[in-house]
Amino acid sequence: MEAEVEETLKRIQSQKGVQGIIVVNAEGIPIKTTLDNSTTVQYAAQIHQLVLKARSTVRDMDPQNDLTFLRLRCKKNEIMVAPDKEYFLIVIQNPTD
Amino acid sequence: MEIVYVYTKKRSEFGRQCNFSDRSAELHVDILPDPSQMDNYIERNPCDTPTQCAQEMSEHEVNTECFQTETRGINHVEGGWPKDVNPQEMEQTIRYRKKVEKDENYVNTVLQLGSLMEHCIKQNNAIDIYQQYFEEEEEVSVGDEVQPSAKTINVFRDPNEIKRTATGLSWHPDGAKKLAVAYSSLEFQRATKDMCFDSYIWDIDTPYIILTENPDKPEMTLKPVSPLVCLEYNPKDSHVLIGGCYNGQIAYWDTRKGSQPVEMSSIEHSHRDPVYKVIWLQSKTGTDYFSASTDGQVLWWDIRKMSEPTEKLILDTSKKGNLDNALGAISLEFETTMPTKFMVGTEQGQVVSCNRKAKTPAEKIVCTYSGHHGPIYALQRNPFFPKNFLTVADWTARIWSEEIKESSIMWTKYHMAYLTDGCWSPVRPAVFFTTRMDGTLDVWDFLFKQNDPTLSLKVCDESLYSLRVQDNGRFLACGSQLGTTTLLEISPELCTLQRNEKALASAMFERETKREKILEARHREMRLKERSRSEQGKEEEAKDEDTEESSEDLVVRAEKEFFEVVEFELKKREREEEKSQSKADKVRVGYREKDKLIKHSTGNIALQKCVVYSLITGIVNYQ
Repeated sequence: MEAEVEETLKRIQSQKGVQGIIVVNAEGIPIKTTLDNSTTVQYAAQIHQLVLKARSTVRDMDPQNDLTFLRLRCKKNEIMVAPDKEYFLIVIQNPTD
Repeated sequence: MEIVYVYTKKRSEFGRQCNFSDRSAELHVDILPDPSQMDNYIERNPCDTPTQCAQEMSEHEVNTECFQTETRGINHVEGGWPKDVNPQEMEQTIRYRKKVEKDENYVNTVLQLGSLMEHCIKQNNAIDIYQQYFEEEEEVSVGDEVQPSAKTINVFRDPNEIKRTATGLSWHPDGAKKLAVAYSSLEFQRATKDMCFDSYIWDIDTPYIILTENPDKPEMTLKPVSPLVCLEYNPKDSHVLIGGCYNGQIAYWDTRKGSQPVEMSSIEHSHRDPVYKVIWLQSKTGTDYFSASTDGQVLWWDIRKMSEPTEKLILDTSKKGNLDNALGAISLEFETTMPTKFMVGTEQGQVVSCNRKAKTPAEKIVCTYSGHHGPIYALQRNPFFPKNFLTVADWTARIWSEEIKESSIMWTKYHMAYLTDGCWSPVRPAVFFTTRMDGTLDVWDFLFKQNDPTLSLKVCDESLYSLRVQDNGRFLACGSQLGTTTLLEISPELCTLQRNEKALASAMFERETKREKILEARHREMRLKERSRSEQGKEEEAKDEDTEESSEDLVVRAEKEFFEVVEFELKKREREEEKSQSKADKVRVGYREKDKLIKHSTGNIALQKCVVYSLITGIVNYQ
């Protein structure tokens, strides 16, 4: 089973433009990462807070609603976050060019 | 109407105590309603009576102390680790991570999230959702119907009680956020003892409307020994400014060092008249500049050594270096793309073109362009076509070509008020601005319309004296007689380069130049013919007598014709106000005819010029 996880993450990493993957748990601890430690920690902490805020925003507007995906398009890259109850999967990609 | 009740009492009973007893009511008077009284009154129906049933409330105002807030960022280090795991220890963290990875929940979650994520990643790779379409195509301007306009952004007033004229303006070279304004009084002996000598540097972002901040506070004050007539920032070093003073000296400031000038030129070697213009030169050291004044000299200086000019030129067109003969310089022109040439505009109405690199002083003066009747207040080459230059003097603005020395190639009509300053737009080759003595700013677009300015704005009631365009072509500053500097922003149509504009403007200038060349050639031919004819006639009579008589005759004839024209014109003006166009034409025709007459005579050139000058002053007094 763990092998499947590895395979999934490898597959994502091999996609065009992907710069890094981080798996963070609900407390903000990075479980799995392909980036260096300092970057990982920064991303983990910041994105964690952002996702919590985003989720609370969505649920405040409509309690039936929930956050399924978060995409942050930046000048240099795109940060995509797939949230779950206990873990987040963060991927940084540099699209197209 | 009196109501009276009478009762009687015996005198013996006076002073006895009162014994009250009950009595039933008696009717003493019964006044019945009298309907005739109603006629004294008017019934009012309906009657308005206000009532209010509301809560009483009171209002209080409280101003609390400002709450200090500070924004800080946090750099996350590590966190969230459970108590038993020490984040510094690699082993423990790895062990913890491995434990989590074995968790079933983790596995399922990651698989599920992974597939979702993959979908999005592939989406990104498939198509760029933020792609810009039609990037290369320029926006087609819809601006034909839009009227060009300009709006005032800010007004800087002279904070002193005695207002001085804003005679010189200079924009800060980097970013143009500051404007240096030189104040002086150019009218002869008008300066009172109390007049302040200071010039100011204004920050253009000073808000205009906010009243709490004092908008009349300049960012910096420059304190010269004598009022400054002109002021220039060094384009290479934005902290250095030079200013030409009313007494002929030149001072230079460094804004980092304060309000006093760092150094002043020595009085013996400076000009003898106010310095009307200083321009920085293009040099490796960036410290050279030259100055011009009505005393007839153009001096070159280096700010490192202000005790003496490095070079001197006397504007004597007879090339003898005679100061008495020299023309007074009132404007200078220097283009950094042509560092050896420069032009001087004189008080006498001639533009003198000079070459700096000439070996002898006599050769320095290359040629002169005459055609104006009064001092040339502004002189500037077209930034796109340096062969053509603009002069602003008397009542017109003229455009010249370097090749044609006899007359300008294009000119504006004669205005009602004197033109005081002008400059080209740095972004559009056919647009220039002029200011007038009646306080109007004109924007001319010569490709669009040549008879009238494209935009004419009344900036203030007093006359405008100086004008400067910022390098981006959008902002204009103009200074008035009472020291009010107005900052204007012109609409985008007037400061964006249109398609083909350069080509059209170049074609226009060339066409006009060619026309003038042809006219010049014709004139020359005609003159040759006349001269050969008059020479034949002169051989029979005494030369001197003839010239005296003929010149006097001509003068009388010219005077008579001239006054006739003026009177006719005045009568016409009294009759109709609207025919001002044709009036101006008539005067121009009058001038032209006079010119021709004088050209044909063989008298003394100096005498003719005197006559012309006195006739012109005649017009001025007459008006």
